Amino acid sequence: MKKTWTKVVVVALSCMMAFMLAACGGGGSSDAGDAGAVLLGNTGPLTGPAAIYGNAVKNGGQLAVDEINAANPDGIQLAWQAEDDEADGEKAVNAYNKLMDDGMKVFIGSTTSGSCVAASEKAFEDRVFELTPSASQVAVTEGKDNVFQLCFSDPNQGVAAADWIVANMADAKVGVIYNNASDYSAGIFDKFKAEYEAAGKKLVAVEAFSDDANTDFQAQINSMKNAGADFVFLPIYYTPASNILIQADKIGYAPTFFGVDGMDGILTLEGFDTSLAEGVMLLTPFIATAEDEATQNFVAAYKEAYGEEPNQFAADAYDCVYAVYKAMNEAGLDASASHEEICEALIAQFAGDFTASGVTGAEMQWNEAGEVNKTPNAMVIENGVYVPVK
Amino acid sequence: MAEKLLKIKKINTRGFKNLVRGNDYRKEATISYAILVGGYLVLQLLTAAGLIGHNLQGQFVPICVYISLAVSLNLVVGISGELSLGHAGFMAVGAFSGILMSRILGNGMSFEPLIIIISMLFGALMAALAGFIIGIPILGLRGDYLAIVTLAFGEIIRNFMNVLYFGLDDGKLRFAFNHTIDGIDNNERIITGAIGATGTKTMATFTWGLLLCLFTVFVVLNLKNSKQGRAIMSIRDNRIAGESIGLDVRKYKLMAFVVSAALAGMAGCLFGLNYSTLVPVKFNFNTSVLILVFVVLGGVGNIWGGIIAAALLTVLPETFRQFADYRMLTYAIVLIVVMICTYNPAIKARVTGIWAKVNPFKKKRGGDKGKGKKSRKEAA
Repeated sequence: MKKTWTKVVVVALSCMMAFMLAACGGGGSSDAGDAGAVLLGNTGPLTGPAAIYGNAVKNGGQLAVDEINAANPDGIQLAWQAEDDEADGEKAVNAYNKLMDDGMKVFIGSTTSGSCVAASEKAFEDRVFELTPSASQVAVTEGKDNVFQLCFSDPNQGVAAADWIVANMADAKVGVIYNNASDYSAGIFDKFKAEYEAAGKKLVAVEAFSDDANTDFQAQINSMKNAGADFVFLPIYYTPASNILIQADKIGYAPTFFGVDGMDGILTLEGFDTSLAEGVMLLTPFIATAEDEATQNFVAAYKEAYGEEPNQFAADAYDCVYAVYKAMNEAGLDASASHEEICEALIAQFAGDFTASGVTGAEMQWNEAGEVNKTPNAMVIENGVYVPVK
Repeated sequence: MAEKLLKIKKINTRGFKNLVRGNDYRKEATISYAILVGGYLVLQLLTAAGLIGHNLQGQFVPICVYISLAVSLNLVVGISGELSLGHAGFMAVGAFSGILMSRILGNGMSFEPLIIIISMLFGALMAALAGFIIGIPILGLRGDYLAIVTLAFGEIIRNFMNVLYFGLDDGKLRFAFNHTIDGIDNNERIITGAIGATGTKTMATFTWGLLLCLFTVFVVLNLKNSKQGRAIMSIRDNRIAGESIGLDVRKYKLMAFVVSAALAGMAGCLFGLNYSTLVPVKFNFNTSVLILVFVVLGGVGNIWGGIIAAALLTVLPETFRQFADYRMLTYAIVLIVVMICTYNPAIKARVTGIWAKVNPFKKKRGGDKGKGKKSRKEAA
């Protein structure tokens, strides 16, 4: 008996040692993907509460890479690798460094903002070109010439939402429930409030909650109801938003709920009765039901590969890969270029008059600060699908 | 009188075994410093030789920070014998106040070592202050109750950070407590509530990490081996006996708690200076538990065990990246296996047996033993 135990322990320990050595010794090698392929790396929350975003980006990027490689066997070949960062800055830096060890040439950003700021600082130091699909905080691009965003920045979302409400819902009594423990939510709300009040309007009620208390919203909903708000802005992620919808329904409070891109995903939330989301509006650059050919093809291919409808994050990643591929071709780069060479060439492209069209926008352009210029669409949920607001 | 008694060291009368026991401090200190300095030199050499990838290099500073946190928490959990679940809270205080100080100093100063030292001292001071304020009301509690209250205070600190805003206005510091950043909107923001600190200049290096670890181990070991340390441990072992010989229980418990908080603040500061951004969510309950796991796995009260555990458990999840989806599962299984192995007497005896056979110091030890006998004979 004792001898068996010793064997087990010895085997376990030697396995551990082997893994550690393998991991330590892996430095400098670049064996990921096919030989001669340009490795695009991504870090995102593949586990944990925000995993839906991380996995969507992972899948969207993979789909685009597969399509490009299949369509252009003679052109630049791409490889795609997504690492888990648990939406944590520290882990994101680790994941980024792992990608560098594996020979990453272009960084398709971190999926979430907080971790992206930490990782993009590294990308800036290492001179790796970065295009983030979905990290929307301003600090992601601030002061870094090689970092660009494909999504709207938080302030721009807040401003766009305020402008849209002022223009289309002039008489609405607007209330806000936001998450003051989330950088994303607080960032959008700050700019939304400033922009909305600059238009001479007043918010009738503002309530906050934090991540630790994101299941019971009775107090916030009653406050909205008592203030007579008939239009509630929810600049939050879809998980707490689903709780708000359920609890508002229970007390018979039915204002128009309005969200931003974080609301995307509410229809695919497990165990959520999607009929409660009927009439919810959101501002998003991507519509899975859009009629144009690019979107239709993307949605069909994504469904076939992963068995679900793509959300905005998948679309962002898909566009990122295509935009980088197009810019590399226009800059005349080939697969043998180093990440520094690619970085300088792509900065010149993106900061110049380079445009890319994709499923999240046509003729997207970037300014030198790294922000994208495209049009957001207001969507409403009808019969369980997004349709454009008429 | 009581304190005088504690001062008397054990007198060696029974050869080598007692000699070692009497020198527990020296042994523990030698092993701890050797691990730290040895590890540092080996890793620096390997880095210089280009054998270490970005991934591991990027973890040097966090590893040092976690070592320092584990050692400082050991002061409360192992030496003072109280379960604290709010260590991440003190880390947060140190991190944010340290970042604040570094940004203020960075405005007029360019000499980085001085900025780091002042920031770390300021972080330690603020964390010590927080530890003092929290320690006074709660250290009268015992056992589970103290654990629950420290947990709550850790969360309070984090939530406090969530509503705190700091900005610089032409070199003048401004702060606010709500989401509307009216007044400091157009100025240089340092800490922005839930968005945390962004734009921090990353100054932390591996060498600073080593210095932090050495300092932490130095403080903790010396406190442990001092008059006060023995008082703290005697209260841990038998509170009533300690009180009966006139020891001020609260004072000594507070001393351990505040020193531990200050060291955590220092570590937090270096952690903050290692990343360009830091969000308050980072310092949640999970981080407190993570540090406690380092301490428990390394052996409660065992300083060098904590050092090794902290370093290994920080690197481990990264080395499991090749398992992709099963990474965290593998990590959990390894944790459980290690816990079972280190606490199973049968396996422990087995390992000790193997170690006794292959121990390279065995001969030397035998020689010492012989000498001891000889000298005693001569004395006789």
